[in-house]
Amino acid sequence: MQTLDPILQEAVAAFAATDDADALEQVKARFLGKSGSITALLKGLGALPADERKAAGAAINRIKEGVEAALNARREALRQQALAARLAEEALDVTLPGRGETRGGLHPVTRTLERIEALFRSIGFDVADGPEIETDFFNFTALNTPADHPARSMHDTFYLQDENGGVADGILLRTHTSPIQARYMQAHVARYKHLDTMPEIRIIAPGRVYRVDSDATHSPMFHQVEGLWIGESVSFADLKGVVADFLRRFFESDDLQVRFRPSFFPFTEPSAEIDVAFMGGALKGRWLEIAGCGMVHPNVLRHAGIDPERYTGFAFGFGPDRLTMLRYGVNDLRLFFDGDLRFLRQFV
Amino acid sequence: MKFSESWLRSFVATDRSSDELSHLLTMAGLEVEEVEAVAPAFTHVVVGHVLEVSKHPNADRLNVCRVDIGNGNIAQIVCGAPNVAAGMKVPCALPGAVLPGEFVIKVAKVRGIESSGMLCSAKELGIDEDASGLLPLAADATAGDDVRRLLDLDDRLLTLKLTPNRADCLSLTGIAREVAALTHTPAQFPAITTVPVTGKASRAVELTAPNACPRYCGRVISGVNAHAATPEWMLRRLQRSGLRPISALVDITNYVMLELGQPLHAFDNAKLTGTVRARMAHAGETLRLLNEQTVTLTDDILVIADDAKALAMAGIMGGDDSAISLETRELFLESAFFAPAAIAGRARRYAFSSDASHRFERGVDFAATRQALERASELVLAICGGAAGPVREAQAELPARPPVRLRTARVARVLGVNFTPAQIAQVCEHLGFSFTQENDAFVVTPPSYRFDIEIEEDLIEEIARLHGYDNIPSLPPRAPLTMLAQSEDARTLHRLRQTIADRGYQEVINFAFVEEAREADFAANNDLIRLANPIASQLAVMRSSLLGGLVGTLQTNLRRRQNRVRVFETGRCFKRDAAGTPVAGFKQAWHLGGLAFGGAAPEQWGSAARSVDFFDVKADLEALFLPAVARFEKTTHPALHPGRAARILLDGEPIGVIGELHPQWAQKYELPHAPIVFELELAALTKTHVPSYAEFSRQPPAIRDIALVVDQNLELQAILDGLAGHCPALVQELRLFDVYTGKGVPQGKKSLAFRIVMQDTEKTLQDTDVDSSMQKLIDYALSAFSAQFRV
Repeated sequence: MQTLDPILQEAVAAFAATDDADALEQVKARFLGKSGSITALLKGLGALPADERKAAGAAINRIKEGVEAALNARREALRQQALAARLAEEALDVTLPGRGETRGGLHPVTRTLERIEALFRSIGFDVADGPEIETDFFNFTALNTPADHPARSMHDTFYLQDENGGVADGILLRTHTSPIQARYMQAHVARYKHLDTMPEIRIIAPGRVYRVDSDATHSPMFHQVEGLWIGESVSFADLKGVVADFLRRFFESDDLQVRFRPSFFPFTEPSAEIDVAFMGGALKGRWLEIAGCGMVHPNVLRHAGIDPERYTGFAFGFGPDRLTMLRYGVNDLRLFFDGDLRFLRQFV
Repeated sequence: MKFSESWLRSFVATDRSSDELSHLLTMAGLEVEEVEAVAPAFTHVVVGHVLEVSKHPNADRLNVCRVDIGNGNIAQIVCGAPNVAAGMKVPCALPGAVLPGEFVIKVAKVRGIESSGMLCSAKELGIDEDASGLLPLAADATAGDDVRRLLDLDDRLLTLKLTPNRADCLSLTGIAREVAALTHTPAQFPAITTVPVTGKASRAVELTAPNACPRYCGRVISGVNAHAATPEWMLRRLQRSGLRPISALVDITNYVMLELGQPLHAFDNAKLTGTVRARMAHAGETLRLLNEQTVTLTDDILVIADDAKALAMAGIMGGDDSAISLETRELFLESAFFAPAAIAGRARRYAFSSDASHRFERGVDFAATRQALERASELVLAICGGAAGPVREAQAELPARPPVRLRTARVARVLGVNFTPAQIAQVCEHLGFSFTQENDAFVVTPPSYRFDIEIEEDLIEEIARLHGYDNIPSLPPRAPLTMLAQSEDARTLHRLRQTIADRGYQEVINFAFVEEAREADFAANNDLIRLANPIASQLAVMRSSLLGGLVGTLQTNLRRRQNRVRVFETGRCFKRDAAGTPVAGFKQAWHLGGLAFGGAAPEQWGSAARSVDFFDVKADLEALFLPAVARFEKTTHPALHPGRAARILLDGEPIGVIGELHPQWAQKYELPHAPIVFELELAALTKTHVPSYAEFSRQPPAIRDIALVVDQNLELQAILDGLAGHCPALVQELRLFDVYTGKGVPQGKKSLAFRIVMQDTEKTLQDTDVDSSMQKLIDYALSAFSAQFRV
């Protein structure tokens, strides 16, 4: 049976010489097809004497299996080769940019407002809102600032025109977010008047406010966040604690210096101005005025129907525009209201 | 309030440094806004006495001077100043002196003549702009004395930003009192003596509005020399307080106001007739003021009048007719107390303010009225001479200083820190408040100069202030821990903003006041809410729509070469509305507005470039509304293209509009093409619902596509609504997937292709069920919409 081995060798060589599946199948026919050499050998078995037939058959079958194994190996190799070729062809430049819409972003002041709200929510402050066209009563009178009070000159107020082109009586653009506290307290008292003890008021009230002022550091419209906590034992020390905690969390700076110094607002007594100083950065060591605050004036509580003997509380007012500037190093307030996308996209 | 530190220190001898003093005041609520040096640093400048002046042999404009520089030393100095003259005393910089600008003085030869120093102008010393000649020093100055000391040039000027409650600190006396209380150092004020009455002239005074003016003192001083020069020391203090010297008499009144806080007024007595009285103005009465403004008065304005007419707006500004001048020989000097309520806001009404009104409307010490008059008299007699007549005084009921009860326990409660009665008593003593103690409380009587101590809290603030706010602990607050409500059926404003931002829009914040034209163009608003006092005409009208501002944002960015703009804003918009709340007459609803301009996607390689269109933005809104599904109905809107505008309804309620900006506005506002814009009422978007599970079919669906050819003008919504009402139960979903016009579809028609998904909840669908359902649907469509079936 020595003569059979060259067939296997020939088949292996022939398979290896093919380089695609179709050619391989054609070459396969030369050995295993109807008129293939192995098929012919098998057909020739019948002509052999019976005693040789068994051995010869076994030998041919071995060769056939060998050829089939070589065929399958070559098939697999060609398949791998084809796959590799396809994969190579399908390869992408993965550094090309993604397709479709990108994400927009929030205004930096909104970003700040969200952070402020989240920080205060974490100690149980709810968020309140109020009108921007406001009455003189809520903007001033309910906040212990009667007409002609010199403190009114601290707020250059926009007034609305009446039908005759004059100044509408008692209607203005709110100069601060404090009227929200006055409105909220009134509503709170009405809501809980059936209870013996009024639940605590803990709110912050962000919003746009307006003053007749426009230069490099003043915008006629800007933002404030009012805060208010009224309860049975709320003290100035608590005010200091809450505000200092907030500022350190907001600026994520444990070594931020915070100081309170006496000031005056008609609606708080005692009143304080809050300054901060950073321990590093461009503004290192400078005291920056950042908020006004104080213990809610008894007259303001009384206006809202709250007994100042029983309840005390504090209020504060921050300028989120200024907080945003300090937080992100923005050096011009006017950028906030200019709508320039090159500026705004930096806060996405 | 600006003042000289050395003047303050003349009243209170504290050993605190300048910086410490500023810090002390700031931390006590008297914020030091600015500290300026009177003069820049320089050294070795002494009083030089010019003995001789002779021409420089080699230079026309120079002189050679022999100057006594003290201690018997005579220096030869070359000087080019035009005003140099023998006998003058001038600043002389000695060799070794360093003048401002690091200018070092050395012995040098000037055109061949040795010069040992330099005679200086005010500008060379950096104390004034005057470079016209040498700065003349007082004739009695001693040669060789240090000029810095002579002119008090180490002084610093402090500017206080005073809060309206601290009128008592609008004088050096008041500030000194405060420093004394803070440093526990006694203050020393000049003794005020009663001047000898040597004149006979006097003028009767009368109060006819005793509430507005409860105290009025006046005196005539005759024979004054109005031309007298204001002494150097007074000029210096006035100038360092920011007041311009005018004439000796005016300077004296200003000086006393700064020193004591009492504004005074000097009338020319020759121009007065009869009795001087404080009365309310007659409505319509006119008065020409010192500032040359003629005002028409109303009957709530207090005036000082004589028998003939109003002379002055009391406590605000004097009248021109009765003003003193350099010709005045006889003076009527007024010192009065005007009630804050009678003065407050009046000057503002006439758009001016004065040092006097600023003080009176905040409160002037009513117990010191007469002392101030005596102090001024003393200065007038000393500087201008003359004879003082008797003081005439009219007094009614002065403001009460009702005692204020201060409970030790309340102090602890408000401040959160305990103070002992002894500590409280000490604070009161330092402040000069008289008090008595009863059990656990103090009864404190505020002094006449404090107008801000009315209630217990006012005293608590004083305790905190003197104790130091810094010394009050910061406590982590204690409160019952209760959770805040989290309504799942409401979406927060932040959530909505984030959703729209995630769709590619950048948030902007525009002013709430806009140009009138924008309200007309984008909102057809003819019931404008105008500001009475806008800062500019383009910021004069309250917006009723966000669109005007958003178009403005687009314009801004186009100017800056940003060619793809997607922006949104949330904010209140304002409309007149009789039913508006909470402020009657105004609806102030929150809106969400957006604008998309430029490419549908950011410029890129991966898909064909095209401009954003209506349906791109509609998809953004549909995503925003989810899970709610809004209806869009064709509409007209002043801002929008009439064929490309829709109003949006949620649950049947109109909540806003979307559309392409009207081409006429694109043209007017110089936009290369029209953006797609939308504006929604935010309140409708905040409502959502808590999800609730419903069974869904697990059976395999059957999917069929059909195409209907319908009239070009038939809106899809009509077909969907119709089909929805006639859908067999099996139909789970009916979705438009193609709109086609062109070959194969007749002119005026369009082909709409729908994919229909059918499913049974119970069993696998049989073809016969599917076919019969489809047939029903098709039959209905063909008849209801005159549709044709397209294969």
